[in-house]
Amino acid sequence: MNKSPLTYRLRQHLRLVVAVAVTLVFLFPVYWLAMNSFKTADEIYSSPPVWWPASLQLNNYLVLFKDGDAVSVWNSLVVSTVSTVLAMSLGTLCAYSLARFKTGGDHLSNWIISQRMMPPIAVVFPIFLLYVFLGWVDTYIGMILLYTAFNLPYVIWMMRGYIQDIPRSLEEAALVDGCTHWEVFWKVVIPMCKGGLFATAIFTFIFAWNEFLFALVLTRTEAVTYTVQVTHYLGGQSNFWTKIAAMSVLGTLPVFIAVVFMQRYLVRGMSLGAVKG
Amino acid sequence: MLVLLLVAVFPLVYLILVSFQGITMMDNSADFVGFINYQAILEDTRLWQALWHTVVFLVIALPLELLLGLLMAQLFLEKLPGRQIMIGLLVLPVVISPIVAGTIWSLMFDNRYGPINQVLGWMVGHEMPLLWTIKPELVYPAILVAEVWQWTPFMFLLLLAALSNVDKSQLEAASIDGAGYWRIFFRIVLPSIWPVMAIALLIRMLDLFRLFDVVWTLTQGGPGTMTETISIFTYSQGFKQFETSYTAAVALMIVVFLSVVLMWALKRVGLSR
Repeated sequence: MNKSPLTYRLRQHLRLVVAVAVTLVFLFPVYWLAMNSFKTADEIYSSPPVWWPASLQLNNYLVLFKDGDAVSVWNSLVVSTVSTVLAMSLGTLCAYSLARFKTGGDHLSNWIISQRMMPPIAVVFPIFLLYVFLGWVDTYIGMILLYTAFNLPYVIWMMRGYIQDIPRSLEEAALVDGCTHWEVFWKVVIPMCKGGLFATAIFTFIFAWNEFLFALVLTRTEAVTYTVQVTHYLGGQSNFWTKIAAMSVLGTLPVFIAVVFMQRYLVRGMSLGAVKG
Repeated sequence: MLVLLLVAVFPLVYLILVSFQGITMMDNSADFVGFINYQAILEDTRLWQALWHTVVFLVIALPLELLLGLLMAQLFLEKLPGRQIMIGLLVLPVVISPIVAGTIWSLMFDNRYGPINQVLGWMVGHEMPLLWTIKPELVYPAILVAEVWQWTPFMFLLLLAALSNVDKSQLEAASIDGAGYWRIFFRIVLPSIWPVMAIALLIRMLDLFRLFDVVWTLTQGGPGTMTETISIFTYSQGFKQFETSYTAAVALMIVVFLSVVLMWALKRVGLSR
């Protein structure tokens, strides 16, 4: 590519400008949300809109805690955390068996990942009827088990990939040295795929945390999650913007923190393992 | 494994069973009625419209996300000051809950308090009180903007990873041989990023097919049933109209249809190596 240095430098500058512009365009809506959560009601309900609140007051958040609506964030936290732990422990074991003992072969793996891709709307209905029968509607246990089951295919699929990346000779050496399969799993496999384990757990958490349809159908008041709570504030022409903004920010904070910590595994996690980071 | 099997199989068996019965809100009898519910599917124009809306969202949003994602990936491919930080920030929309994405955009599109109408007003020189989530001709653009905003970065990230794995020496060789930009793109770049692109497209296609959250927050399927997707339709049949058996039949059709698509697609894209 024999271009003169000047045009090259000009192009680089242009690229930088466009790149920054694109980033700003994509970030502006997030900024708008965050900023609205700090506005007073007068500032939100003003036309033309205010682009920067007079002060960063936290009243909107305090109202959520005073009204007790913030408990939905707590519900989300409990349900997502417990279901993530459950799905990870079950899923990693299944994945090990799939990866190393060829349980079920490729067909089983394909079937598992296709479970993941089924739309929730197709299964939520029978699950709802089952939960009514069991009395599990609007309970922690119902939501936890549902999210565990829902995320299990993803965990199995991802962990199978990470485990396959571990050189088999390491495990064989451990076996020769007299370890049982169980010990190999704990002392070789788990430490070797710690990063993948961590990233998969975070993704699992985010899926459960962001989930809406199951929560909408299966919770009422006791186990209501933050996504459902947000939609309660939407009401045609009279939206409670102060509450919507504050609650949305509360719900976005954990995922934001999580993503910062797992940049490296992001692409692999999102592409269902198709791209290895 | 057994748990997984149970969780996957129970709903299916139950759906099949219920779909052949005649349960509605009024009538709780579990008598078998044969194929009546399936016949009703064929005659239900609202269902076919919902399917059509879903397809419209799919065929507009998917190419847009792909194209914009690809352009952005090209933009960020080479070195750039602050590149890592910008990429990190661009991830944000993808991990935000679709519900929050919906609320963000209903804030943005609000006819009186939102910045979009304000900026449009500046551009045309007078106030533009557009009712984005209510006017029939504006709801589709509004939902599509929210959808494309959230998922273009997803395409971008995957394609960026794929593009940076393209063999540089091949590109140089082709360029020395005098191949033009487009020729290089179609002959070398595209084939080598295709496996990743195919999977990204597949994931997004399936996600778009079950589109629910964003539409729910922005329009609830309205005005009327104008933006009702297949997921929203099924939801309202099951949990607002309580057409139990009919909903089961619809859900079952979705499962069957997607299973066929998936079996075909998974074989082709080769997700499991």
